[in-house]
Amino acid sequence: MKLDSLIPAPLRKPAKPGEGNGSKGAAPADLKTAPPERPSDAQRLGDRAKEAPADVLAWVDQRTAASGFLTGMLYRKVPKGTNWFYTLGSATLIAFIAQATTGVFLAMFYTPSTTQAYASIAHINNDVFLGQLVHGMHKWGSSVMVILIFLHMGRTFFFGAYKYPRELNWVIGVVLLILTMTMAFTGYLLPFDQRSFWASVVGININGTGPIVGPYLSDFLRAGPELGATTLSRFYAIHMLLLPGAIIALIGAHLYLVVKLGTTAPPWMKAEKPKAAAPVSQLDAGVEGNGASSG
Amino acid sequence: MSDEADKQNGAEAAGRPQRPQPEPPGYFEGESMTRRRAFTVAVQGIGGLAGAAIVLPAVGFAVAPIFHRGKERWEAVGPVGDFVEDTYRQVVFTETEGIGDAGKTTAYVRKSSTQLGEKPNEIVAVSNRCAHLGCPVRFVEAAGNFICPCHGGVYDFQGKRIGGPPVRPLDQFQARVRAGQVELGPRFSVTSQLEPVRARDPGEFTGGIWEYLYPPRPSTFPPPSG
Repeated sequence: MKLDSLIPAPLRKPAKPGEGNGSKGAAPADLKTAPPERPSDAQRLGDRAKEAPADVLAWVDQRTAASGFLTGMLYRKVPKGTNWFYTLGSATLIAFIAQATTGVFLAMFYTPSTTQAYASIAHINNDVFLGQLVHGMHKWGSSVMVILIFLHMGRTFFFGAYKYPRELNWVIGVVLLILTMTMAFTGYLLPFDQRSFWASVVGININGTGPIVGPYLSDFLRAGPELGATTLSRFYAIHMLLLPGAIIALIGAHLYLVVKLGTTAPPWMKAEKPKAAAPVSQLDAGVEGNGASSG
Repeated sequence: MSDEADKQNGAEAAGRPQRPQPEPPGYFEGESMTRRRAFTVAVQGIGGLAGAAIVLPAVGFAVAPIFHRGKERWEAVGPVGDFVEDTYRQVVFTETEGIGDAGKTTAYVRKSSTQLGEKPNEIVAVSNRCAHLGCPVRFVEAAGNFICPCHGGVYDFQGKRIGGPPVRPLDQFQARVRAGQVELGPRFSVTSQLEPVRARDPGEFTGGIWEYLYPPRPSTFPPPSG
């Protein structure tokens, strides 16, 4: 209850049917019988100040009607048996946000040029305040994101959460997986050291082994027959302009469907049976609701 | 199709003189579609044109390098007398300009050997790019073989694959002699019988049906004839 009072009214948990709207002393009937005493100015000022955050939110809410959407999303029902495995998707999202944030700040010091890229990374690592930390977060964070996205995919698969009506969300998730792998691949070249260079050579050549389109695909990736200056700027543009936009858009669609369709119960939860397989004669006598499960 | 507005504007309002009713309803004389439909189609068409005007040049810009062939480049790597028949000499030259050391490549160069059934008095320049995935191979003098450090590909003295995952012999560079200097030019690939074909990327087979499954790219140079 205490925690509830900290949440501004528009975002408060919607009251259950039959419990009223949760606000106290606002009933017009009370006003009629006992008009409240006029509070002092200081008291009124204090009250106004307390309501300021709610007022601001209400102002926004009146113009966007966002609170209905937000309360619906934040207080949506989840099935019984929801457990820690269900946090892997959010964990992947957090990993992506960490990548996006650190990436923006790395871009402030990085130079996507074949002659200066290596030196600019060395500058970030050796000279820039906390540069090695931010670069390290981005570098190791990419592995973390790939691992988490696979664990999330495994959870979805083994819990059967890809089945009707969530097939489309599985498809979007697979596209997100591919985009994440492309992100990791294009990011690998950017430091432009020996490891990046040869790993990208090998990676592009693996692309080239696809029949018919392969040779053209590797020419497209390299922007020419050899890995050159334009390859680096091409990978940089794909890595920080093209893919992040696509990933953000698809994450939006992914989350929309999660909220819209709800989550599944884990497979070991049995569907709740109707409480009483009651004889027909008793049904007439008004047996209480049959406990339909919300999962 | 006529909608509510069409009906109200038309002759259906009570007490007004009958106006000529278009047939079918919503169409005016000599028109094959309603104006609403005509505007919808026009706006969608113009929107599509505007979209294409932005997207097509951008895509073309990104895809163009596939069809672009750079300038043919020859570089002198040493006097003819430096190269012998029975072993390779390692030379480094620039294959891609403008990216500093990353654009350099290594070739192993020797004179052709009639003992191996090659034409006399030619220069053979074998690329050090492994035909598996593009790692740099090394010529091991003691074994007389090229060996790849990455995945264990092994090639014989002529560059033919004798072990490991590579799918074809090592690439070669065109070579010529100008004013006593050996000059190396564009890269080409070879089939398992060492017949020259257009340069392929590592990992792609050459010869036979593979010439169609891994089509030659417009960005590569034609192979030397003969």
